[in-house]
Amino acid sequence: MKYSLSFEKPISDLYQKIEQLKELADDGGIDLSVEVGKIEERADHMKKEIYAKLTPSQIVQIARHIKRPNTVNLCNLIFKDFIELHGDRLFSDDPSIVGGIGFLKKHRVMIIGHQKGHDTKENIKRNFGMPHPEGYRKALRLMKMAENFNMPIVTFIDTPGAYPGIGAEERGQAEAIARNLKEMTGLRVPVISVVIGEGGSGGALGIGVSNKLYMMQNAVYSVISPEGCASILFKDAKKADRAASSLKITSKDIVGLGISDGVIEEPLGGAHHDWDATADKIKKVLVRDLTAYKKMDVDVVIDERCQKFRSMGNFGYTS
Amino acid sequence: MSILDWFSENNSKAKVAEKLDIPEDVWVKCSSCNATLYLKDLEANFKVCLECNYHFRVSSEERINQIFDKNSFKEIVVPIEPIDFLKFVDTEKYSVRLEKARKKTKKKEAVIIGEGLINGQPVNAGIMDFSFMGGSMGSVVGEKLTLIIENAIENKNPVVIFTSSGGARMQEGIMSLMQMAKTSGALFRLGKKFVPYISVLCDPTTGGTSASFAMLGDIILAEPGALISFAGPRVIEQTIRQKLPEGFQRSEFLLEHGMLDKIVNRKDMRSTLSSIIGLLNPHSQKKS
Repeated sequence: MKYSLSFEKPISDLYQKIEQLKELADDGGIDLSVEVGKIEERADHMKKEIYAKLTPSQIVQIARHIKRPNTVNLCNLIFKDFIELHGDRLFSDDPSIVGGIGFLKKHRVMIIGHQKGHDTKENIKRNFGMPHPEGYRKALRLMKMAENFNMPIVTFIDTPGAYPGIGAEERGQAEAIARNLKEMTGLRVPVISVVIGEGGSGGALGIGVSNKLYMMQNAVYSVISPEGCASILFKDAKKADRAASSLKITSKDIVGLGISDGVIEEPLGGAHHDWDATADKIKKVLVRDLTAYKKMDVDVVIDERCQKFRSMGNFGYTS
Repeated sequence: MSILDWFSENNSKAKVAEKLDIPEDVWVKCSSCNATLYLKDLEANFKVCLECNYHFRVSSEERINQIFDKNSFKEIVVPIEPIDFLKFVDTEKYSVRLEKARKKTKKKEAVIIGEGLINGQPVNAGIMDFSFMGGSMGSVVGEKLTLIIENAIENKNPVVIFTSSGGARMQEGIMSLMQMAKTSGALFRLGKKFVPYISVLCDPTTGGTSASFAMLGDIILAEPGALISFAGPRVIEQTIRQKLPEGFQRSEFLLEHGMLDKIVNRKDMRSTLSSIIGLLNPHSQKKS
């Protein structure tokens, strides 16, 4: 199960062989450690080779991996005394977005993130990380609270997109996201965002108007899902691989386009192989930035965020 | 002359007569009620069906003529153009798509910005045009809208934006998504200066456009029957696997759900905007 993605088959085959050899050695009482060592070496080599040359659509698979650490997992590993806070005070509590307060070293922090599940049952409860308007309104309520109590905000982005459904439309999905974009621009506290998995369109940006944006190495950030793009532009949802390449959605691309401030490295093969190491890497970046922002004047913080988004765009000049 | 020659000669004459037939585009069929309408009547009626009040989509030029005092609208020409920085290829190259859109529409992009007068009151306006790549928002559309909002922070004119857009432009990838934050950020700064912003939603206003500046008006108006949504009806039908109710995501539905201030018929849009601007603008001079 550890290497379950289709392109990881050669690796899982090798590990299966290793297991068989080990069993054989145990049963027969023979020493096969040299052979096992050799194959393990080969597996290590193969892993490095495969993961160094991932295609964008393979990266999408890692970004969506069911065992990938989600917001709650990371909160528990990174923050101390984390207390989850519920509800938008308007309609309901959206389990697709979680929020709460906690300590990161000496920093009091408001944490908000999309929440996916690790199995079907949990994913149904979490609506596969696709928020309704209530989720964005809860997020805004918590961000305004953070502003009141002068707490920096950390957001974890991990959603296929805001939910496309009847209730979501009735209750103003577009308005909820739009309001967050506007209000986040002016928040009087620093905001740091990390795309921990899938950055799906407006549903991701709805909690992503930040001073600093980091991409996990195997995270993606896109204006539309590769499948959606393929079905609209290529008229064929099966061309998602091509769409994933065309859209330029990998961490390297997003940094290259000037949208993200940096990539946070993951363990070989993806964050799901080592949650602790992943959390540790994120924690280091957050502590560094929060310490730096603590010394910064609030108007400078707001201005930095305004200028950052003001300057985004890529166009030519006509004479 | 044989009888056959005589026939063929007569036939060719008949063809000439056909060419002298009535010119095209005099009659238009209403796509809502199927009524056949005389184009001149339709245009005199603001391109609204005389039978069923269906609002046809209009070009940005037509809208400017309908809304602003005669010859008062001055376009602000921004010397920028879209570029294919992702080298995006779907069924055809982005650069080719742009070229085709320019040829078809005689426009450079999906939005026109400028200053104009409505009943003598100065307004900063953005007018989107669906005919240019579905009114989609890429870097240039985002930049132009941001500029007209920023211009209003300086000159204190109320801002009016007419939306007609399918959303973010996929061919510019993540950069299109960021235009949502850019335009919304500009509106935050405008709001700080207490300059009113009126958003007029026209058919269609969906996706990244609705989830940013379109839904952020101090006052939000809509034309009757306009499709206004975050997710398009087809996407929702595919997700929930059931047919959507009649009128879902139309202006009237949004009004009912508290998402709009008012639905305004096109022929009343100019006078309604004039009244709202006069009432709302703290910077306007009261005319007694």
